[in-house]
Amino acid sequence: MDFSIPDHFRRTMERLMKRHLLAAGLLTIATSALAETPVLTVLTYDSFTSEWGPGPAIKAGFEETCGCTVNFVTAGDGAAVLARLKLEGATTDADVVVGLDTNLTADAAPLFAPIAATPNTLPVPFADARFVPFDWGWFAFVYDNTKLTTPPKSFEELAASNLKIVIEDPRSSTPGLGLLMWVKAAYGSRAPQIWADLADNIVTVTPGWSEAYGMFLQGEADMVLSYTTSPAYHLIAEKDASKSAALFDEGHYLQVEVAGKVASTDQPALADAFLTYLTSDAAQTALITTNWMYPANMPAAGLPAGFETLIQPGKSLLLTADEAQSLRAPAIEEWQTALSK
Amino acid sequence: MANRPVEIRPALGLALFIAALILGSAAMLLLRAESWRLAPADWSALRFTVLQAALSSLVSATLAIPLARALHRRRFRGRSLLTRLLAAPFVLPVVVAVLGILAVFGRSGPVNAALAALGLPPLSIFGLHGVVLANVFFNLPLATRMLLHGWQAIPAERFRLAAALSMPQSAQFRHLELPMLRAQMPGILTTIFLICLASFAIALTLGGGPKASTLELAIYQALRFDFDLGRAALLALIQFALCAGVTIAAARLSLRQGFGAGLDRAAPLPAPDGWRAPLDAAVITAAVLFLGAPLLAVIAQGLPGLTHLPPGLWQAALRSLVVALVSALLATVAALTLAQAAARRPALWIDLAAMLPLSASGLVLGTGLFLMLHRFVPPAQMALPVTMLVNATLTLPYLYRLILPEARQVVADYDRLTQSLGLPAVSALRFVILPRLSRPLGYGAGIAAALSMGDLGVIALIADGNGATLPLLVQHLIGAYRMEQAAAASLVLIGLSFGLFWMFDRIGGWNADA
Repeated sequence: MDFSIPDHFRRTMERLMKRHLLAAGLLTIATSALAETPVLTVLTYDSFTSEWGPGPAIKAGFEETCGCTVNFVTAGDGAAVLARLKLEGATTDADVVVGLDTNLTADAAPLFAPIAATPNTLPVPFADARFVPFDWGWFAFVYDNTKLTTPPKSFEELAASNLKIVIEDPRSSTPGLGLLMWVKAAYGSRAPQIWADLADNIVTVTPGWSEAYGMFLQGEADMVLSYTTSPAYHLIAEKDASKSAALFDEGHYLQVEVAGKVASTDQPALADAFLTYLTSDAAQTALITTNWMYPANMPAAGLPAGFETLIQPGKSLLLTADEAQSLRAPAIEEWQTALSK
Repeated sequence: MANRPVEIRPALGLALFIAALILGSAAMLLLRAESWRLAPADWSALRFTVLQAALSSLVSATLAIPLARALHRRRFRGRSLLTRLLAAPFVLPVVVAVLGILAVFGRSGPVNAALAALGLPPLSIFGLHGVVLANVFFNLPLATRMLLHGWQAIPAERFRLAAALSMPQSAQFRHLELPMLRAQMPGILTTIFLICLASFAIALTLGGGPKASTLELAIYQALRFDFDLGRAALLALIQFALCAGVTIAAARLSLRQGFGAGLDRAAPLPAPDGWRAPLDAAVITAAVLFLGAPLLAVIAQGLPGLTHLPPGLWQAALRSLVVALVSALLATVAALTLAQAAARRPALWIDLAAMLPLSASGLVLGTGLFLMLHRFVPPAQMALPVTMLVNATLTLPYLYRLILPEARQVVADYDRLTQSLGLPAVSALRFVILPRLSRPLGYGAGIAAALSMGDLGVIALIADGNGATLPLLVQHLIGAYRMEQAAAASLVLIGLSFGLFWMFDRIGGWNADA
C-alpha cells in the first residue's frame, strides 16, 4: 500500500520547484542576452546597498560615465564580506570589494591586486598598495548630555566611575574589535588591567552594534561604544541635540573603511575607474550622510552643517594592518580573561 | 494489508536527505579546512551552553505544567484567544524580543521602577538568570502548547470516569495526568534544551559578558572573523553529538501512554473548585503578565513609526512571506511523513533524523550549502531557495515533536480498525489521520511559517543584494540609526508572522473533528 498523500505533495512540490528552476534559468538567459554592456560586480556589506545607504547614489553616479552596469552583491558586514570572498576563492564574480576595515585588510591582501595610490585626507598618514580608504570615523563612547553632564575624559576615569556602558563583542563585530585595538593602542601591556577595571562598568556585551546602540537608546546604559559622528545623525536627521560623544585624552582609535580590486577580476580597467570614482567629490559627499562617517577625501563643499558641533579628538590612534592582524588573537584572549573573572 | 513496509521508504529517504544535508554541510567545511583545532575557550563555551540550555528547559517545562493544566481545565472568556496568543513570544525575532524584555525588566523598566518605589535595590537582568528568563519567555509558550495537546489527547471519558468514581484530585493526577506527563516531558525537555543549545544572540546580549559565550558564538567567530573552517566544523560536530546524545536519552526515557481510544469528542471537563480555582486564575494571570508585557512594549515602540514606514518594506515583506509559506509547506510534509513512520514503527533513526536539525547551526548549514552549490548556481539565484530549504530543515523538529505524540495515539487507537476496514491509505489519511492530527499540524505549520519569517541567520551570508527579507530590513534600519522605522518594521514583521501563525492554527482548528 502506498503512502500516497506525501507522495502527491512531493510531486506537486517537485513540479513547483522545476518551474522555479526553469524560471531561474530563463532569467539567466535573459540577463546574459541583455548584458552587452560590461557588468562590474561589487561585493559589499548589505547596509551599503539599502535605499538609505550610499549604494544607490554611487551606482547611479558611476553608471553615468562608465558605460557599464554596476551589480551589487552583498554579505552581512565587513567580516562577512571577507568570509564570502574566501569561500568563493578564485571562482568569485566580484571585481571590486567595498567595506573591509584595516583590522581585516592584512588577512584579505593576498586576494587583491595592487592599485594606483589616491589622495586622502585621513587624520593620520595612510597608504596601502592594495586598498583605497573611502570613509573613516573615530570610535567614541556616546552618551545622553541631558543625563550626564561631566563625561569621563579617559578609560581610567570611566573605569573609576559608576557609569554603565554597553560594548560590542570583538569576536562578532567590527566596532567591538575596534575597541579592543583602541585600548591596546593606547595602553599596550597595561590593556588587561584597563579591561579588568572596566569589568564592573560593562552592563553587557552585544553581538553587534545594532543591539548595543538600541540598548543605549532604551536607557539600559549611560554610554555606548559607537562613533564620534553618531550625534550628527541625531542632530541632522532627527533635530535632536541630546547625544554627545565623550572626548578621551589618550586619543581615539580610527575605523578606516577601504575598497580594493579583486585579483581575479575580468574588468580591471572598470574596477580601477570605480575605485577612483569612490574617492571623487560626488561619491564622498553621498557617503557622509548615508554612512554617517567622515569622507576619506574631503570634498570641495566640505562637511554638512551640524558636523562642526562634533568633538575633535586631538590624537588619532591607528595600528597598521599587520599589527592589527598579529594582535587580534592575543588581545581577544586578554579581553576574555579579564572579563571572565 | 497486514504489514505496510512501503510506508517506511519515504521516511527513510527523507531521513537520509536530512542527515546528508546537515552532516554534509559540516563535512564541506572540514574538507576546505586547513587545520582542525579547538580553541581553549571553546570548552568553557561548551560548559556554559549546556548549563544555560539545561536550566532554561527545566524551568520552562516545569512552569508549563501548572499553566497548561489550568488552561486545560478552565473555561473563560478569551481562552481560545489566549491559547493562540501564547505563541506570540515564540515567533518574535530575537533582537526585537530582547529589546521588549529589556523594556520591562531593564534598568528603566516598570519592574525596577516598582522595586525602587518599594525601597528595594534594583534588579539587573544581565547574567545567567537573564539568559534563562529570556529563554523561558521564548519557550514557555511552546512547552505549554505541547502539554496542552497532551492533556487534550487524554479522552474526556477518562476524566468523567474519575469524577464518577469520586477520585480525589491527587489520584486523578496519578492515574491520568502523570502518565501523560511522563510520556510528554522527555520530548518537551529535549526540544527546549536543543533550541536553547543553538541560541546565540540571547545568551550573548543578556549574558553580561564573555563568560556567557555559547558554542554558536564560537562558530560565528570561527566562520566570520577567523575563517577557521576546521574549528567551525568541529564545533558543529560537538553540537551534533550533544543533540544525538540527548535525543537518544529522551527516547529511552519516554514511556508510552495507554489510555485507549475515547469517543473522540472534546467535552467540557469537570474542573475542581475550592482553593484550586483562584490558584489556576493566578497562574494564568501571571503567565499573561510575564509573556504579554514585553510584547506590549514592542508594540508600543512600533506604533509611532507606522505613519512613515521605510521604502522597500512591502517588497521585503512579500519576499519574507513567500519564504515562510514555502518553508512551512516543506517542513509540514516532511514532519508528517517522519511522524507517521515513527508512529507505526518506532525507530531511533527517525527520531535522530528529525531532531538533528535542532542542533544544526544555521550559519554552518548555510555556509556548507554555499560551498556545495556556488560552483553550479550563481549565489544571487540560490539565496531564496537555499533560505527556504534551510528554514524548512531547521523548523522540522518543532513540527515533528508536536505531531508525534498524537500520531502515536492515532496509530494505537485506530490503526487496527483502519486496517480491518481495508481503508486505502488516501482515505485513511483524509478521514482518520489528518482530522486527528490537524490541531498539532496547523499549530506546527504556523510555528514553522512564523519562525521562517523571523529567521535571518542563513541569508546573511548569501543575500543577493537585490532584495532584503523583512528581518534583514529591520537590521539595516537599526544599523542606519533609524530606530523608529526599525521598531515600526518590527511591528509589521510581528504582525505578519503572527498572522501567518494564526491562519495555519485556525485551519488546523477548523479541520479538527472535535
